[in-house]
Amino acid sequence: MAITSVLQDVKKRKEALSQENVKYKVVVLHAKSGKSLAKLSNLTSNSTILDVKREYHKQFPKYYLSRQAFKVDPKGKLLKENETLKSLGLSKSPTLYFKDLGPQLGWTTVFLTEYTGPLLIYLIFYTRPAIIYGVAAASEPRASVVNIACACFSFHYIKRLLETIFVHRFSNATMPVRNIFKNSSYYWGFAAFIAYYINHPLYTVPAYGDIQIYGGLAGFLFGELGNFSIHMALRNLRPPGTKERRIPVPTSDPMTSLFSLVSCPNYTYEAISWISFSIMTQCLPAALFTTCGFYQMAVWALGKHRNYKKEFKDYPRKRKSIIPFLL
Amino acid sequence: MIWSSVQGSPFCFACKRYTCGNEYLHQLSFFSWSAILLAVLNHVFSNQTLSGVYEVIGPLLNIFQTAAVLEILHCAFGLVRSSVVLTAFQVFSRVFCTWAIAYSVTSVQGHYSVGIFVLAWAVTEVIRYAFYFFSLIGGVPYAIQWCRYTFFYVLYPFGVTGELLAVYQSLAEVKQKKLYHLELPNAANFSFNFYYFLIFFMLMYIPVFPQLYFHMIAQRKKVIGGAKKKMP
Repeated sequence: MAITSVLQDVKKRKEALSQENVKYKVVVLHAKSGKSLAKLSNLTSNSTILDVKREYHKQFPKYYLSRQAFKVDPKGKLLKENETLKSLGLSKSPTLYFKDLGPQLGWTTVFLTEYTGPLLIYLIFYTRPAIIYGVAAASEPRASVVNIACACFSFHYIKRLLETIFVHRFSNATMPVRNIFKNSSYYWGFAAFIAYYINHPLYTVPAYGDIQIYGGLAGFLFGELGNFSIHMALRNLRPPGTKERRIPVPTSDPMTSLFSLVSCPNYTYEAISWISFSIMTQCLPAALFTTCGFYQMAVWALGKHRNYKKEFKDYPRKRKSIIPFLL
Repeated sequence: MIWSSVQGSPFCFACKRYTCGNEYLHQLSFFSWSAILLAVLNHVFSNQTLSGVYEVIGPLLNIFQTAAVLEILHCAFGLVRSSVVLTAFQVFSRVFCTWAIAYSVTSVQGHYSVGIFVLAWAVTEVIRYAFYFFSLIGGVPYAIQWCRYTFFYVLYPFGVTGELLAVYQSLAEVKQKKLYHLELPNAANFSFNFYYFLIFFMLMYIPVFPQLYFHMIAQRKKVIGGAKKKMP
């Protein structure tokens, strides 16, 4: 009797063990066309989507890991890398759908390209007016606000470049290559558009004189300082080398107290900066840039706010996305 | 009755309940575009020319082409994003031709190019609103559906030709009168040159027109061409 029960026990354990290491044969189909792309056999129930990506990479070296995405349903969500085949509740020969995310670039590369352009473009308009407006323009006297505007614009982009190198810790390492073209044309184009009118020999100084200029300057500097404070707070939220996410809260820096009102105060401060810049220069293209930028930041902030609420059950309810008490 | 009940869009056939929220506007649009079409045809046949159409239908065109702006909203509430963009482009170009060209540039008003695009728009719109009307009462006759998804092959290029000719025709007057020019220096620190904008506007047809055209061809395949899918 004892022996049979021991034998049964051994059998059960073997079964359990074999279930742990059940071989999975994953069929990979193309998400759009439904064509069969590959069969991956070196996988078990404990394999993660990351393992699937590694296996796929072995067969197709062209598709490095960050370029790949997999889905259970051809129109469904992209699967996260840490999900296991078992946790997805798939059969032993599951079908996964492959999506090519296109060539990827590091965020740092994209950011540096985006922000170097506006700096150089603005400085060309400012330092070499003869090239843009004709030789006579070079000898025209300039209003002090034109010099202040150039200092502000350059300061903003130099700050962004330095922050990209020394402050930001990105949770997603890459983005599609076409973003660099899209984003660069936006930033570079607007920089030229704004610089052309502010540095123009026929530029009209602000209607309310020094009050408008220095009021705008103060608002701009306030926005930049606040933006920097938030970036530092966000950096300290994420330990180096991790993708960890936490609820952001105000720190000892008083500028970060805005965190108790909105999820993305960095965008709030940036909006303050550009509104102030537009007032200071009294330039319609700058106001247009502010409007477009605010729209885009609001879209990002609403998305991030939604993610925070989804991810953290105890997320503060009173918080808004970008405008305190309103949006 | 209002936007909340809009389930579909002009191009959306997957939607089970196609109920137009703005049915009264649609009926009104149907009758006024019919009036425009009849007036244009009457003018064309009695005078044997496409010139001078604007004098006959100008005010009606201004009102009902402007009302088409609502179509953008209509699309935005029941449709995938790309079509909102395409519809917006189409409506914008028409409203632009109506107000910024035909209404603003007097030397173009009598030109035959205006007759071309008004005729093309009127035929398109009469069929389109008839289509909406029938889908409201439950069934669209195949003939109307076929017209709606076939005539564009000819009417689109015809209309676009008229629009481009009209814009080109207006260039001289715009340049000479400095129409809608904003020059530096001014308090907004901004300048605008309508003449160059018109050239830019014409160039924009090169990337946009093929997209609209192929979009319609794809819609045609979905609705009447190719493999017949189950219609809701």
